[in-house]
Amino acid sequence: MALEIKTNSVRQRQQTFSNVARRLGSDKPASRYEEATYDLQPDVNFHYRPTWDPAHEIFDKTRTSIIMADWYDLKDPRQFYYGTYTIQRSRMMEAVEKNFAFAEKRGLLSTYDPEWQAMVCFYLLPLRHLEWGANMNACNMVDQGYGAAITQSAMFATMDRLGIAQIISRIGLAMGGASTLDQAKDYWVSAPEWQPIRQLVEDSFVVEDWFEQFVAQFLSLDGLLYPLVYGHFDAIGLERGAGALSMVTEFMVDWQEEISKWADTVLKRAAAESDTNRTFLAQWYGEWTERVQTALLPLAEKVLGPTAKDILASLRESLDKRAMRLGIQIEAEIAA
Amino acid sequence: MTSNVSITLQNTDDGRGIVAAIIADNPEAVVSTYPAMTKIDCPSRLIMNKTSIEQQLGREFDLHELNLTMVSISGNVDEDDDRLLLMWNV
Repeated sequence: MALEIKTNSVRQRQQTFSNVARRLGSDKPASRYEEATYDLQPDVNFHYRPTWDPAHEIFDKTRTSIIMADWYDLKDPRQFYYGTYTIQRSRMMEAVEKNFAFAEKRGLLSTYDPEWQAMVCFYLLPLRHLEWGANMNACNMVDQGYGAAITQSAMFATMDRLGIAQIISRIGLAMGGASTLDQAKDYWVSAPEWQPIRQLVEDSFVVEDWFEQFVAQFLSLDGLLYPLVYGHFDAIGLERGAGALSMVTEFMVDWQEEISKWADTVLKRAAAESDTNRTFLAQWYGEWTERVQTALLPLAEKVLGPTAKDILASLRESLDKRAMRLGIQIEAEIAA
Repeated sequence: MTSNVSITLQNTDDGRGIVAAIIADNPEAVVSTYPAMTKIDCPSRLIMNKTSIEQQLGREFDLHELNLTMVSISGNVDEDDDRLLLMWNV
């Protein structure tokens, strides 16, 4: 008996979800990121306004002065959705664990120049409180923001900030146990060098406009603080034998580079939308960066000495250039 | 007469990104989609750029990762860190 083998090819009726297909303009396979992002947030049929803010809907575009025709244009270039985000971070965290194990086994975090150890306790450990503040700000963006594209990435940032605070805490514990962290909290609350920074962080909690908060936190504050602390402070540490500290803070350096890609893409897109947006962004950037630069100076002077002012000025200059590249005109230049 | 070079990739999330990058960089590429894989033919030469793939995937991409997605290729391979070139050495 002859057996005839027939092949049937089955064509699926749809390549992706309808809501995604409508956005992409055709029914072609969408990436996981697109499927996990587009139109995820409800935007119709809200029956009641929130009792805590009756002036707005639960999800409301008017909670910021920034206006976007489509809030899903603020996509994340890293294409993070839950799966990719957790895989990426777990990879980074593995390296951190490895470095901690290396440093702790040899006691490297508590055996370098004692004078510099005291300085590290002063400049690095209080940052865990600042990171918690950044977590609060990102949480507020998630709460007030519009569109899953930006709130999803902001949610991931909240976790990043807690993670960084934990890494800093672990450094403190390795340096001298819980009392070191208590000491660091004292610095945060009462050392004069820290007060302008603490005030800045606390003021950023009560910013009404969540997009302004985004600019203040992820561009102005992080843009100056990270290169100062993990760049310039760290470089002095290397001269003082604190190489192991650079290993365990490498996460922050890598993370800052990565998160900047997200912040830059979002800001660039928002600035490109309209002149009104650009004006708001420039105004916020100008105000906050000026404040951050002033607030960081006492701390920078304590660690770096008399060169602090010039170093901060040069960091400011490169941050201004970055803002220019994003299409955020700086006011002084508009006036000029 | 030029003959085609070709590459066949699995229809995975990575695969789709790589296909999109190839189409963007090779205007002459002809794409045939099958249930589980995508075959791309291109007259005489086909280039895959690391940077274009990275842009599509939103992450760093080592060209060696291509082997995880690739089903088959035809053509001589000329590869460095930044790009993979398929062509017939004649």
